[in-house]
Amino acid sequence: MNQIRYFLPFVKLGLSDVWRHKTRSFLTMLGMVFGVGSVIAMLAVGEGASQQAMESIKRLGSQNIMVMSVKPTSEEGGSTGAQRGSLAVYGLLYEDKDRIEETVPGVLLTVPARMTRRNARLGERQLEMRVVETEPDWFEVVQRPVLAGRVLGERDMQMRANVCVLTEHGVRRLLATEETIGQRIRIASGVFEVIGIVKNETGGTVRAPDSEADAYIPITTGTKLFGEANIRYSAGGMEGEKVELSQIIVKMRGTDAVEPGSKAIEAVLARFHKKKDFKIDVPLTLLREAERTKRTYNIVLGAIAGISLLVGGIGIMNIMLASVTERTKEIGIRRAIGARRSRIVVQFLINTCVLSIGGGLVGLLLGVSIPLLITAFTAMPTVVQPYSLALAFGISVGIGIVFGLYPALRAASLDPIEALRHE
Amino acid sequence: MSAHGTEFVRPRADEVVRFDDAKRHYLVGDEVVRALDGVSFSILKGSYWAIMGPSGSGKSTMLNILGCLDRPTSGAYWLNGENVAEMDDNQLSDHRLRNLGFIFQSFHLIPQLTVGENIEVPLLYLGLPQAERKAKAEALAERVGMSHRLRHLPSELSGGQRQRVAVARALANDPAVLLADEPTGNLDSATSTQIMGLFQELYEQGKTVILVTHEPDIAAYAKATIVLKDGKILSIREEGA
Ligand SMILES: Nc1ncnc2c1ncn2[C@@H]1O[C@H](COP(=O)(O)OP(=O)(O)OP(=O)(O)O)[C@@H](O)[C@H]1O
Ligand SMILES: [Mg+2]
Repeated sequence: MNQIRYFLPFVKLGLSDVWRHKTRSFLTMLGMVFGVGSVIAMLAVGEGASQQAMESIKRLGSQNIMVMSVKPTSEEGGSTGAQRGSLAVYGLLYEDKDRIEETVPGVLLTVPARMTRRNARLGERQLEMRVVETEPDWFEVVQRPVLAGRVLGERDMQMRANVCVLTEHGVRRLLATEETIGQRIRIASGVFEVIGIVKNETGGTVRAPDSEADAYIPITTGTKLFGEANIRYSAGGMEGEKVELSQIIVKMRGTDAVEPGSKAIEAVLARFHKKKDFKIDVPLTLLREAERTKRTYNIVLGAIAGISLLVGGIGIMNIMLASVTERTKEIGIRRAIGARRSRIVVQFLINTCVLSIGGGLVGLLLGVSIPLLITAFTAMPTVVQPYSLALAFGISVGIGIVFGLYPALRAASLDPIEALRHE
Repeated sequence: MSAHGTEFVRPRADEVVRFDDAKRHYLVGDEVVRALDGVSFSILKGSYWAIMGPSGSGKSTMLNILGCLDRPTSGAYWLNGENVAEMDDNQLSDHRLRNLGFIFQSFHLIPQLTVGENIEVPLLYLGLPQAERKAKAEALAERVGMSHRLRHLPSELSGGQRQRVAVARALANDPAVLLADEPTGNLDSATSTQIMGLFQELYEQGKTVILVTHEPDIAAYAKATIVLKDGKILSIREEGA
């Protein structure tokens, strides 16, 4: 309490010094204003971008491991290209799904999927869709909000029913305004009843398991209509490829099991696949990578913002040094009256702190409003985190003290007799 | 330091100021400037002294030492029974704050502060609460006849008025000794007379007043005079002694 009462007059003095030189103080503060403002704004933009990336990765499922068929490179494949009329057989097999289930510890679910691009038609309208032949568990593993109707069920599997679940985008483009649920559409050679519509995630920076226009059908129905494997011939009809399963999504019991699980899957598959015709994606690893990227990003942004704060600090120091020179006589008077050196230091430090804290506060406002403007005009997501406000403000106070110390010490070290003589 | 402190006899209780062979030498290049070259004298509590001498004789140097702004390079200066020559910067500052009042030839008011605020400066450093500071500053302004100008800036005052404010500020800490370096040097004779009247009053109220001047008219107000020449005491004249 006593301390406060002692400092209060000096805070007032600092404020009135700042107020007396309004223009100069304002210009000096600008450095801090932009420094602090840019720290907060940049962190908000960075955080917004990374949260968006994290979100989409999380929607991929952090417990999931995606195993995908990939065409082996020609050197490895050997038989493709050179021989005309050949059929390249590669990729994941039903057996692989069973092997994973049996040998990899910690597996909760495995979901096979066969993906093909086929033409869907409704009357005059046509749309090329990605047809995903899969099991009901797909919707367990790739969780999406159901907008209407229902998703695939066990009965559809058993009945090999000609039913399909469409993604929102597909629905909008194919069905337009027509009655949706119960509508019959033609996909390739089959007629399917639309039983449900799900929201889809077309995943920004990260590959999501769903695409714009998906039609999900029971894998049994797919086998009935299109065959056990996906066989496709090139335009000339001379080369073809055969893929049994396009993808196996493996859901693990917990995120802890994901990394060992992906290693085990890799080992199991490598034993049965001579060619490298599969690929394993782990969203969790992507998540980790995204986190690392974010950290790097923050360091770079932090360095840039730090430099602008440094420039602001040097500006303040410059002004304070000028002010010490200008007020040499006042310092002499105060010392002659009996002010200790430390009190002169305090007076000048408070003065710089008023400048830097004032600049910091205005900077806070700027830092909070810039992200709002960015989001309003560019739809880029921004997230102002409370810690960034505290950080930027703390730094501005710190800079006030650090850069104010030298001018303040210089003021205090003046010889009172010399200072009094100063004109 | 303490070794030479013991060489001197402690001053008597009524000796508010005592110099014992005090010297102040400056080293300018290879040359030693003897601004004060061995002066000894003492000033009793409640007396009124003038320090005189030609330009460069060491008057300001002596007053700076008296005012604890400077220390003798050798010898002793006792203020209120304590040897200033042995003090550090903080102790000197505290002595100025508690025991001394300074009045300068060119007033030395802080230009951006009002009359009231200028008078409050020592009170601020003494740590008085705001209400007390205000009341005391008003009383002091009243005492020097400046209470009608409390909210004015020094630049809005005449020289004589500024010097009155400076006197009020010097009195704020109720000092044992008032020091003035050519207090009327920048004033016309009428205003000088008023300021000297103020000093006379303070002396009559029991303050110890020491002023530096080279004008015999001004020195005549004092009850005793030290005349310096080349850093040495040429003569000491005490009234009635
Ligand atoms: N900081 C300094 N460095 C070197 N020499 C100094 C310094 N201050 C004073 N002197 C010298 O000490 C001597 C006494 O100076 P002082 O200012 O005490 O004289 P003074 O009696 O007050 O003169 P005046 O009447 O002109 O004010 C002078 O010769 C001066 O040049
Ligand atoms: Mg002088």
